Amino acid sequence: MLRYTLKRLLVMLITLWIIITLTFVLMVSIPGSPFNSEQSSNETVQANLEKHYNLDKPYVVQYLLYIKSLATFDFGPSISQPNQTVNDLLGRGFPISFELGIVTIIVAVISGIILGILAALRHNGIIDYIAMGIAVLGISIPNFILATLLIQKLAVDWELLPVATWAGPEYMVLPVIALATGPMAIIARLTRSTMLDVLTQDYIKMARAKGLSPWKIIFKHALRNALMPVVTIMGTLLAGILTGTFVIEKIFAIPGMGKYFVESINHRDYPVIMGTTVFYSAFLIIMLFLVDIVYGLLDPRIKVHQKDGE
Amino acid sequence: MNKDEPILKVNNLHVTFSTYGGTVQAVRGVDFHLNKGETLAIVGESGCGKSVTSNAIMRLIPDPPGKITAGNIYFKGVDLTKLSEKKMRAIRGVDISMIFQDPMTALNPTLTIGTQLTEGLRQHQKVSKEKAIEKAIDIMEVVGIPNPKERLKQYPHQFSGGMRQRIVIAMALICEPELLIADEPTTALDVTIQAQILELFETIQKATGVSIILITHDLGVVAKIADRIAVMYAGKIIETGNNRDIFYQPQHPYTKGLLNSVPRLDLAGEKLEPIEGTPPDLFSPPKGCPFAARCPYVMEVCNKVFPVQTEYTDSHHVNCWLQDERAKSLLATIANE
Ligand SMILES: Nc1ncnc2c1ncn2[C@@H]1O[C@H](COP(=O)(O)OP(=O)(O)OP(=O)(O)O)[C@@H](O)[C@H]1O
Ligand code: SF4
Ligand SMILES: [Mg+2]
Repeated sequence: MLRYTLKRLLVMLITLWIIITLTFVLMVSIPGSPFNSEQSSNETVQANLEKHYNLDKPYVVQYLLYIKSLATFDFGPSISQPNQTVNDLLGRGFPISFELGIVTIIVAVISGIILGILAALRHNGIIDYIAMGIAVLGISIPNFILATLLIQKLAVDWELLPVATWAGPEYMVLPVIALATGPMAIIARLTRSTMLDVLTQDYIKMARAKGLSPWKIIFKHALRNALMPVVTIMGTLLAGILTGTFVIEKIFAIPGMGKYFVESINHRDYPVIMGTTVFYSAFLIIMLFLVDIVYGLLDPRIKVHQKDGE
Repeated sequence: MNKDEPILKVNNLHVTFSTYGGTVQAVRGVDFHLNKGETLAIVGESGCGKSVTSNAIMRLIPDPPGKITAGNIYFKGVDLTKLSEKKMRAIRGVDISMIFQDPMTALNPTLTIGTQLTEGLRQHQKVSKEKAIEKAIDIMEVVGIPNPKERLKQYPHQFSGGMRQRIVIAMALICEPELLIADEPTTALDVTIQAQILELFETIQKATGVSIILITHDLGVVAKIADRIAVMYAGKIIETGNNRDIFYQPQHPYTKGLLNSVPRLDLAGEKLEPIEGTPPDLFSPPKGCPFAARCPYVMEVCNKVFPVQTEYTDSHHVNCWLQDERAKSLLATIANE
């Protein structure tokens, strides 16, 4: 287990380094500078500013300096908001984005699984058709369109829920629905199809032959096996939800990381762009690692400490 | 219940499956009984309805598409076909247990052997976890699994096929059932393991007095351990008798065919002859003898009327017009029509 974890950690670090390098290369190859767009500052001021942010140094030096600051978890100062560091922005925005993301994942996973189970148990029945109808809609409607529809109907027309911002639980409802519907639909469809397959397995017949209650058969014997593929796609879903938060935060004017990220791109605020990208990449990589561990816990045949080819 | 009364009595059992292609008449009027402590083998080619019959006894026919359309299944005098699902659940695994063909798929890959062994016991007899584990260890010893204490914590993939089948048998036995239905319990195993598992059945029966229904398509498997044999063909039982009756005086041409297609030690060197042809379509089974299309002795009457049951001896019954004198008069009436 220890060896496996160390190996995984190494791979994670290498992945992160590649992401950092790519982000850096992309950043310096985009034309334009943070200082020549808006202010009509004179050349000396601009030169001084560039000096302050190390932008006058050769790329290699900039790169090394950047790696050095990342290694100390210092993402540097923001350029467009000079009195703020990137760490400040992350500290303010990330908890909100994290809350949005986590609630979305929980809602998507629980409702998706329940919908999938119901559909499988009432295979070809009315509940199955309704559940799969919802799922097809959920997969085909992009989250930003769903968000707009929800705001128009539930918030503006019927005034049931607040339109935007982030000030309490009721403010979460619409953004979470907008963000969770897609992943929920995917999970529901996957749970249904694997559940249908699992229910025909011999070990389910064996469980019935033991006289177990239907409840035990479904939750103890079937669901565990049916969830395996769901866990497998969790990584992809997580990445989708993560990028989805950027869009949804923008639409609902939620002061999370998404807001700062979009603004930072408009302002060419290099440290913020890079800081956010690196931070989110690291976050996603860690989540994927956790998904792998959960998978190993669910399926004893997959031993995380197993050597390759064993 | 009378002491001499059979523990299981199946009368006129009919099971059908409705499919898009029509209704499959999988079991078409099966009668048999099983005495206490006895081993009955049900033998027949693939698709003749053996598994459907055993699933019907457990009331595990998937409905839809399957349905028990007629007949009774008396277990210790109680008609199982009339019981509610809830009452039936209290019988499954407790009074009647079942063993399936493929031990590689009959165990849940994500649960430990211990959990799977004890869950039935814990559900039905409400014993404590410690008691259940104790009992599981005992039963694992009975079925011949070494180091039961350690192995309880392991998962199915850590066991060989033969060991898994022993676990499945242990699972079936843990609540001390009175009737054990084994549906092809050795088919998926290699020959040496087969012999060991069959021996295990004999040992268990001697120790516990459990009655066994052993389902197989291989007459060779049952020669040693079956007390009585029922031969099934196209959803019907066409010959029953005790072990000697069937092996030494088979009466039905199909039974003879089956015996000729089984390698036998005492007849080494004789040519094996598989039975030509295929069983009839169960969507529209023939109204006469289902074996007629493949039978070398087929007569006119065979195609017209299903053969009545003839008592060849007290223990030995057969459904074949060759064995029944009523064939002649029937033939005459048919000719006159
Ligand atoms: N769920 C089902 N739906 C439709 N037909 C079925 C179903 N289950 C069984 N049958 C039909 O019932 C008939 C008897 O099947 P059964 O499984 O009892 O055969 P078997 O004697 O056990 O054969 P085998 O030796 O292959 O196990 C077959 O013709 C099969 O097609
Ligand atoms: S009844 Fe006729 S067809 Fe059927 S087995 Fe006997 S002889 Fe053959
Ligand atoms: Mg079968």
